[in-house]
Amino acid sequence: MSVLEIIIALPLLAALAVWLGAPARAASLGATFVNLALVLYASVQYAAKPAGLAFTNARVVLENPAISFAVGADGVSLTLALLTSLVMLAAVWQIEDRPNIFYISSLLIGGGAMGAFLTTDVFFIYAFHELALIPTFLMIALHGRADAAQRKAVAWKATIYLGAGSLVLLAGLAWVVLEFSGGSKLTFDLEALRNQAQLTPLPVAKQAQIFFVLLLGFGTLVSLFPFHSWAAPAYATAPTPVAMLHSGVLKKFGLYGLIRIALPLLPQGAQVEWVQNALLLMLLGNILVMGLVTIHANRLDDTLANSSVMHMGYIFLGLAAGTEIALKGAVLLMFAHGVSIALLFGLCGRMRNQLGTLEYNKLGGLATHAPAFTVLFAFGAFASIGLPGLANFAGEVMVFAGSFTEFKAGELSNLHWTVILALWGVVMSAVYMLRAYRNIFHGSANTGLFMTDPVFSQRLPFILLAATLLVTGCCPWLLLNLMKSAL
Amino acid sequence: MHASIILLLPFFSALLILLGHRQLKGASVLISLGSSIISFIACLFFLAADDDNRLLLPFIEVGTFNAGIDALIDKQSRGMMFIVSFVGMLVHIFSLGYMKDDEAKPRFFGSLSLFMFSMTGIVLAGNLFMMFIFWELVGLSSYLLIGHWYQKASAAEACKKAFLTNRIGDFGFMIGILLLFGANGGNVNLIDLETAFTSGPLRPDAPGYSAGFTTAAALCIFLGAVGKSAQFPLHVWLPDAMEGPTPVSALIHAATMVAAGVYMLVRVSFLVTASPLAAEIIAGIGCGTALLAALMATQQNDIKRVLAYSTLSQLGYMVMAVGAVAMAAQHGHQGAHAADPGHPAMFHLYTHAFFKAMLFLGSGAVIYACHHEQDIWKMGGLRKHMPVTFWTFAIGTAALMGVPFLSGFWSKEAVLGAAYDSGCKVLFLAGAATAALTAFYMTRLLIVAFFGKPRTDSAHHATEAPMVMILPLAILSIFSVLSGYDVLAAPLQAMKPPHVEGHQTVLFASLAALILGAGAAIYLYRGKDKDPISIKLFANKFYFDEIYTVIVRVCQDGLAWIVTALERVFVDGIVARLPAAIIARLGAATRMLQGGHLQGYTFLLGGGVIAVVYLVVFVLPRLGH
Repeated sequence: MSVLEIIIALPLLAALAVWLGAPARAASLGATFVNLALVLYASVQYAAKPAGLAFTNARVVLENPAISFAVGADGVSLTLALLTSLVMLAAVWQIEDRPNIFYISSLLIGGGAMGAFLTTDVFFIYAFHELALIPTFLMIALHGRADAAQRKAVAWKATIYLGAGSLVLLAGLAWVVLEFSGGSKLTFDLEALRNQAQLTPLPVAKQAQIFFVLLLGFGTLVSLFPFHSWAAPAYATAPTPVAMLHSGVLKKFGLYGLIRIALPLLPQGAQVEWVQNALLLMLLGNILVMGLVTIHANRLDDTLANSSVMHMGYIFLGLAAGTEIALKGAVLLMFAHGVSIALLFGLCGRMRNQLGTLEYNKLGGLATHAPAFTVLFAFGAFASIGLPGLANFAGEVMVFAGSFTEFKAGELSNLHWTVILALWGVVMSAVYMLRAYRNIFHGSANTGLFMTDPVFSQRLPFILLAATLLVTGCCPWLLLNLMKSAL
Repeated sequence: MHASIILLLPFFSALLILLGHRQLKGASVLISLGSSIISFIACLFFLAADDDNRLLLPFIEVGTFNAGIDALIDKQSRGMMFIVSFVGMLVHIFSLGYMKDDEAKPRFFGSLSLFMFSMTGIVLAGNLFMMFIFWELVGLSSYLLIGHWYQKASAAEACKKAFLTNRIGDFGFMIGILLLFGANGGNVNLIDLETAFTSGPLRPDAPGYSAGFTTAAALCIFLGAVGKSAQFPLHVWLPDAMEGPTPVSALIHAATMVAAGVYMLVRVSFLVTASPLAAEIIAGIGCGTALLAALMATQQNDIKRVLAYSTLSQLGYMVMAVGAVAMAAQHGHQGAHAADPGHPAMFHLYTHAFFKAMLFLGSGAVIYACHHEQDIWKMGGLRKHMPVTFWTFAIGTAALMGVPFLSGFWSKEAVLGAAYDSGCKVLFLAGAATAALTAFYMTRLLIVAFFGKPRTDSAHHATEAPMVMILPLAILSIFSVLSGYDVLAAPLQAMKPPHVEGHQTVLFASLAALILGAGAAIYLYRGKDKDPISIKLFANKFYFDEIYTVIVRVCQDGLAWIVTALERVFVDGIVARLPAAIIARLGAATRMLQGGHLQGYTFLLGGGVIAVVYLVVFVLPRLGH
């Protein structure tokens, strides 16, 4: 029995208990609290261990093909588990006066994500992600923030996109399993596949092909341009905890998959020129096109949803660079983005509940009556535009620096030019975030709308996320030490 | 030890006020004030600290990427640290009076502490990443303080504009840092970079040397200074920043933060010296800013705006000096790198900090006394009502104009001397013209606001400001007089350049400029009740704001509109809707889904999982063999 199995099972069991009639809030909060404590405990334990997988345990499910429920964690998966437990706790905590299905779905999404991050068998990695997606769609369709026809259309669109993406991903994973199983029987064990990939690497051209298929599959799940258009409406429509969990946590699954499966098995795939160029173009689409789209948005939920698509570009940039610095920066950025966007979506949900609208031209001057809320929002907003001292900056600067380690004076490669253009995206982020901040909190509302601060107990989940941003931003080495030489 | 105290004390002060301002109430003012006083005392000890370069706090350390919070202690940082903590402390004291009735005092003092923390970080920064971190953080504190009265639309717009304009500068700064990071094997420690450029792999005669690279890196880094020090073409944010409370204008937008660009440029002067083209561009931009801003200042009527344009102009002076010193060094003049390190730009920064902070605080006292009236044509006759403010303001004005034997005289002569030595006549002439214009607009300000008769009731009933506000003025006026002499400049490590003999031309030019400018202003403005001259182009700041508004509208918002439309048509229409439409037409099974039945989604996903299991258990094993 590994501690990771408890971490995965706890939210799922809590969801079951709530479904069977246990007190929803107490059970959910208790389970997520304990979960966070367990993840922290595991991280502290891991920090003292040598690099590599820890807390491993495997239960054989099928002999041939070899599938087992195998768990194991290294610094990268623990970082994401930490993200999951933090956001899950905050998402569950901030639920107020909602039916039990809100708790159940949050726990299922969180538990599914936890499973995807902490298992080491490709079959279960995939299956856990699908498990987490189902409640996401259902919640958008059932409890989305729009009239019935529109929210169903949004849920349907996300289903088609993510379904198609998952199918492409499935094909890619099947290809990987076929290529690297070696020996007589197929195996889904990631460690075995990795060992095989190291023993007999594939020809570079073939690596590139498989990598590209995986990139498209995983990329769609992360809203890689141009397969992103499901994301913005889905986040803008999703109920608050679902938006927090999906944009903050579950979306990182695609990136995690690329780092955990595609890069180690196909180490040269991403560096082959055509794959590299395609990836750079797509991520520039995320940053520049979506940056402009976000500038054009005139509702807060639209701004946040599109900005979340845009910021994925920076994480992809880290993957494209592929150096140790850039990859660790990408993981740090995944964590930071997850926390900051969950914070922003959580606050955005409260605003919608209190005000009934998120349109900029109807808002203004909210800071006067809701100072604490304003400060919390500022943490999220400034984190997401990469202010030093908050978590996202450390990740971004590592991605940028990691892309410049191969620089010779006077020779700029495509990667370097992409970094320079991506840096302009940082300016665009500041433009839309500060516009939003100015329109919502500064000045005065021409419609007279105002809101008040949440009571203290309802501030706590947001304070938890804001404090995480500050601590990680000032001491990024806490997480970097955890990652060790995992990449 | 001292360095960490000076750095972290204001940080904890800001954090404490942020967390507990409701409980602390008035105590938050004392916390902020106390931390600034203790920092100042620590800085006095710090003046005697040994040269050093060491890690204070870890930040990021992965492979070759090592960006710690370290302290580079040398003459430049010791001197700058004194300026920051000294002016900072006086501004804290002044604010006790000026912000007495403000409801959001804790927020104001918390932001001031945050600023002191960030500015200290810039001064101590031993590597460029650390410089960038605190560079952005001073931007944040400036944003918070300009927007202190955020309910006012003008303040809300001004703080946004300041932050965004600085972001454009930071865009270049970061590119510059990355270029140096890549070219120097991941090491952006300032001392190591200097070694690399003077005797290491990046020196001009090294194999693989690229002049284009050096120029590009220097200009990118310079863009950061253009933003922070409000140089043309990114100067537009500074005048608007006067929407903040006046003590903030004195500390941040006159004495310290805006000078950070100059401080940073002097820190990387090896880079500027390495590229002749970059040095010329930097000197040119500085010179242009100095002249343009001085022209704009001649037609402003808001007391703080006159001072703001004057700050722009003086910052231009300093930037010009950085370029000019590098140009002179390229021609073989030793000035910047003599045994005793001095630099005209840093020297002018140092004297300017005292007299400009005093002028701003003086204007604050005037505004406070006139019940928040800022138009100089609605003042007049304040000389009799506010004698202490008047005399200190007059001393500051004289120092800024470069009246002989006051601090500004020495530093201005050093800057003009550098321009003269650069060998570029245009720089020198434009510098002298700026000096004349400076004398003109400052004399105009003094005459209109303080002489003549009170022109409104509020000016008539003005009374002298309270003690907490006068005391900082008096202290600063002493510094405005004496700081140019070695008696202060030496212990305060002011980087005063060694006196150069044989600069009669410079001396003559600066005296002529002074007499010309001040004389013209006295002739034109004595006894006048409204402005006898009106030059629309200057009063409207050469229409930069209007031009930039159009550029932002067309280039950014217009482009955003077009891209959004294209994204909707192509990506959403073709990548998303077309396949959806095709699937929707495929048959009855999918019609159920489109009808919106919940089972639809579950069916699709459940079907997907079954397909996966089928694939895994039955299909893949066969393919494998």
